[in-house]
Amino acid sequence: MQPAPVLPLEIQHLSFARQGKPLLDNVNTIIESVGITIILGPNGAGKSLLLRIAHGLDLPDHGSLKWNKHIPQPRDSWRTFVFQKPVFLQRNVQANLEYVLSLHKTAKTEHDALIREALQHTGLVELAVRSARTLSGGEQQRLNIARAWILKPKVMLLDEPTAELDPSGVATIEMLIKTIAQQNTKIIMSTHSLDQAKRLAHEVLFLHQGKLIEHTPANVFFAQPKTRLAEDFIAGKLLNRI
Amino acid sequence: MNDFSQAFLKAAQLILQFDEGLIEIVTLSLQVSMTAVFIASMISLPLGAALALYKFHGRGLVVALLNTFMGLPPVVVGLVVYLILSRSGPLGALGLLFTPTAMIIAQVCLIAPIIAALTRQTILDANDECHEQLRALGARSSSMMGTLLWETRYSLVTNVFAGFGRAIAEVGAVLIVGGNINHSTRVMTTAIALETSKGDIELALALGMILIMLSLIVTSAVMSARHAAYKIYS
Repeated sequence: MQPAPVLPLEIQHLSFARQGKPLLDNVNTIIESVGITIILGPNGAGKSLLLRIAHGLDLPDHGSLKWNKHIPQPRDSWRTFVFQKPVFLQRNVQANLEYVLSLHKTAKTEHDALIREALQHTGLVELAVRSARTLSGGEQQRLNIARAWILKPKVMLLDEPTAELDPSGVATIEMLIKTIAQQNTKIIMSTHSLDQAKRLAHEVLFLHQGKLIEHTPANVFFAQPKTRLAEDFIAGKLLNRI
Repeated sequence: MNDFSQAFLKAAQLILQFDEGLIEIVTLSLQVSMTAVFIASMISLPLGAALALYKFHGRGLVVALLNTFMGLPPVVVGLVVYLILSRSGPLGALGLLFTPTAMIIAQVCLIAPIIAALTRQTILDANDECHEQLRALGARSSSMMGTLLWETRYSLVTNVFAGFGRAIAEVGAVLIVGGNINHSTRVMTTAIALETSKGDIELALALGMILIMLSLIVTSAVMSARHAAYKIYS
């Protein structure tokens, strides 16, 4: 039997407020394409919150977000989440990977092979027995991605995974993300970097102050933005309040 | 001052001669306190973690009680355990009063709240740091407790030893429920109190020195084990 597809991701009238301030305001869209979807927008646009709701970490106040009619739960193993600032267990690199496999009850006999593959994939083989917490920022983010990738998810949600990295670290992570996307894992990633969005995106969701301003293919978004806000953002101007 | 140094020398002599009476007292002290620490840890580590992680009605009250019980006066604990275990008490039929078991029970009552309250705080801090990440990785609340207890194992060892320190140094409760009976329930602290009141300063001082040395040895052993484990696992 074929596993059920996880797309489309249907977002309907999604709103989320804290202390009376709307952080997401009536967001409506459908994500159904494979490849890399970039959620773009300045700080405070609601990018991370949208990703958190998409992983089931937060619940919307109004509206719904469903993966092929399925309300997300954080423990779904077909979808993983990568934080901007990862927290690792006080164990070595491979033990951190094994922890995820144990959580999702992967057969013990497969652990060694899966860990080896994830380490090779992310270039961490030589750091396998190093304490995860003593790794450099770039290495930690590679481990963060290895930890999300080891379950062979159909969807990976990444919340500004390169925000704290130097240019070479950014390049390594972007290369990893592209490779993972080519292996048929749907990538939805937030960033405030226009350059990064240009390098990675197949389609763009442009958010500003909790509102979805545009959802278009990347080439269209960068060449012919439909709104003044997107035009200004691409031109590097400060965005006005809506 | 001369008396003091003479007493000190005699005390050292007693220790170096492995005085039989002295060894008996030291052994019983360690047996009672280590058993009490073991039992209290079995209760308090999961209890402290559960209080940190699970919300339930009356949790605030339990935490307030636990924090209050951290400073329980040993003589009061001794008195309560004495009343429960005495012939007319609810557990009088077990005949436990004036036995090492009674002393273990009293020490468990004294140190369990300490270990539980410290564990609760340790797990609370770790949970603040790791909760979101563990949840995002797919951990259920049921598996989170085990993960966090293991994650904080080095701090928890320190918490358990705070309990051991309290147990081994405690005199009031074990004196009341143990009775300080020679060759049966005499431990270091009760012996020190007795010998001092009798004027046998040498034995009291020797016991005092051993008590401090033991604490030093046990603490150093645990710190080294902790350091070695940290190197292996991290």
